[in-house]
Amino acid sequence: MTQKDPKLLIQPGPQLRQEMTTPVVMRDVWYALTPATLAGIWFFGLGAFLVLLASIAGAVLVEWFFSPQEKRRYFLGDGSAILTGWLLGLTLPPALPMWMAFIGGAVAIGLGKTIWGGLGGNLFNPALVGRAFLLATFPIAMTTWTAPGDFFSIPSSVFALPLMQGEVDALTQASPLGLMKFAHKETGFFDLLFGNTSGSLGETSGLLLILGGVYLWWRRDLDWRIPVGILAAAMVFSSILFLIDPDKYPGPIFSALSGGMLLGAIYMATDPVTSPLTPKGTWIFAIGIGLLVILIRVFGGFPEGMMYAILLMNAVTPLIDRYTQPRVFGRGLDSK
Amino acid sequence: MSDQEQQAPAGGAEEPSPNRLVGTLAVAGLISGVIIIAVYLATFNTIKENKARELREAVFRVLPGVAHMQKLLLKDGKLVVSHVEEKDEEPIYAGYDKEGNFIGYAIPSAGPGFQDTISVLYGYRPKERLVVGMWILDSRETPGLGDKIYKDAAFVANFDRLEVDPKIVAVKKGTKSKPNEIDAITGATISSKAVVRIINEGNERWLSKLPEPGSEPAFEKVEEKKGEKGKEGQEHPPGANDEGL
Amino acid sequence: MAKSQQQAYDEFIKGVWRENPVFVQVLGMCPMLAVTNSAINGIAMGLATFFVLVCSSFFVSLLKSFIPKQVRISCFIIIIATFVTVVDYTLLALVPKVHKELGAFIPLIVANCLILGRQEAFASKNTIPMAMLDAVGMASGFLLALVSLGGIREILGEGKLLGFSLFGPNFEPWVIMILPPGGFITLGLMLLFFNWVEERKKKLDAQLAAAEGGAD
Repeated sequence: MTQKDPKLLIQPGPQLRQEMTTPVVMRDVWYALTPATLAGIWFFGLGAFLVLLASIAGAVLVEWFFSPQEKRRYFLGDGSAILTGWLLGLTLPPALPMWMAFIGGAVAIGLGKTIWGGLGGNLFNPALVGRAFLLATFPIAMTTWTAPGDFFSIPSSVFALPLMQGEVDALTQASPLGLMKFAHKETGFFDLLFGNTSGSLGETSGLLLILGGVYLWWRRDLDWRIPVGILAAAMVFSSILFLIDPDKYPGPIFSALSGGMLLGAIYMATDPVTSPLTPKGTWIFAIGIGLLVILIRVFGGFPEGMMYAILLMNAVTPLIDRYTQPRVFGRGLDSK
Repeated sequence: MSDQEQQAPAGGAEEPSPNRLVGTLAVAGLISGVIIIAVYLATFNTIKENKARELREAVFRVLPGVAHMQKLLLKDGKLVVSHVEEKDEEPIYAGYDKEGNFIGYAIPSAGPGFQDTISVLYGYRPKERLVVGMWILDSRETPGLGDKIYKDAAFVANFDRLEVDPKIVAVKKGTKSKPNEIDAITGATISSKAVVRIINEGNERWLSKLPEPGSEPAFEKVEEKKGEKGKEGQEHPPGANDEGL
Repeated sequence: MAKSQQQAYDEFIKGVWRENPVFVQVLGMCPMLAVTNSAINGIAMGLATFFVLVCSSFFVSLLKSFIPKQVRISCFIIIIATFVTVVDYTLLALVPKVHKELGAFIPLIVANCLILGRQEAFASKNTIPMAMLDAVGMASGFLLALVSLGGIREILGEGKLLGFSLFGPNFEPWVIMILPPGGFITLGLMLLFFNWVEERKKKLDAQLAAAEGGAD
């Protein structure tokens, strides 16, 4: 198998050097996410921060609960549970009741990871499993987007009692994708770039998400093929549609910057556990996501398709891996 | 142990004769058939009454003020009264008040919803060209969201005195401003629009075929066995056609 | 006497708990998943299955010596189908609302492998009292499973139990619980729990045995 990233080369022992790899990568991703997260909190206020904390708390608690007593330090120490909760939190509406975010985090780790045998065994991106569960469970709360507002005013829905509905008192506003789908209104380029639009709390600031991605690429924690492939495929596909009927379909720039496209392409699709191993497979995976996103957004029932696109391609990842295995040289044909 | 010992060569290596196998199955089938027919006959009337009551309740619900109803069928381009119980194609129902004055039609219509076919019955008053009520006969919409098309009283109330011209339109909740608009359900836009589309389709199919307002088929009292004949007055399509059938 | 009582109790209780048709044998999943979006539907389906299973077991046990072994399955199915049809019409006449909810799954009781399985494995080989005990036990176990699954899904999915509101009007329903995925997830978690309890029990037993062995 060709290694696409020499820094992660798995060598025969001694493997002492490898021990720190997971925690180091995880921490790099934390650093990369920090600017976009701070921007999200800045735009949507302290309530968004609480939602994020609840999601992380849910993820960490379940990880703690299901890890063997003797190994808890390692299970929690690698930081992956925190990252899962964090990523999930970034995909949530900023005024979501905290208890829902907490359940989302718990499901993300419980059904998205633990049940598969822990880190490395899961087929689907855990954060997106949590989000898919939340979207199917609380469809209204999960699609109630609030407009960016005052930093210190926390929407009362955030503090809704467990199992109770949140009363959304903040100003609700359709997300850019919702506006596009249901009202054919395109949000401006700079609003999308800097994040002053409604949406989930970590997806709005395109520029900072890209910056984080560049940092990860520079640290070699990220396979550049995936975000590049996704964005390229999505932009090409939406350009074609845009050329066919500019009034009906969004343009390529809007497609690339709106919704969870950047967050998903840079931070979620690139999860090494759930993406293919070979370069060729990686391209197939990335292009598949790019096409599916636009397909779902334009022709599907939902305004956003990033989550389902990634989950669908996660599902076929083992298949992609199997069919893109490079030939093993030096062996007979029949020995396989 | 049991009292059928004498019958039992069971389990032996000997093959029972084919006749015995066939015989056993035939007897079992016969007994089973008799039991099923008995149950069918015993429950037949209740089931029929249940169905009729359900339909009557639905018609009364979509046409306020109705006391009597009768089934209408389209034959040769005209609406005729039908008293036949059997399931025939695409009936609509006419509703009358206590004195037998015509109030409106109850029109069933069905179409695809979000999950599966939605069957709608809606009340229509031809004089004012108004939809006056809507009731979902059958649907499998998402519980908690799509099923609000019948669980949400506010949504159902939308269909009271709704103009059908040029067409019924579902708009975002709270933005209803014209008499032909309804407020869609938040989070269940597809189901809401499906209901509207189904009613519009029903209107398209039926409105042009309804007789002029004032010339609706009169109420015929079934109890008096005037059944097949149209009552005097108005231009009710006479029973000539349907008597032969 | 005491021994036969013990045996009778055993035949009954094994279906309810130790060999629970749903949680241990994982039989009858189709009605289990399809109709349990509320406790009342679970009860209706459970009772319908109860009736069919007990009646069928009685007749199969009664007629076991009449039925040649070559056509036994066909005969079992005829007996089962008869009772299913009886249930179908009775429900339609008495509780049309419940019948509408359960829909196609009533006729499908015929194909519930639990029922045919009990006829083949037990009723056709045992005396009538034993067959009845077994049937009642198994059917109770099935009913128990349906009701608990339906109850959990109704509580989370609608905030109600048997139609009574538990949390007041502000409850946020878990829509997924009413939908098929909720059935799969809940059943999966319940199976997980049962297996976990079982494994724990085995481990404790093994430890106990080891401790006793050491003491000797």
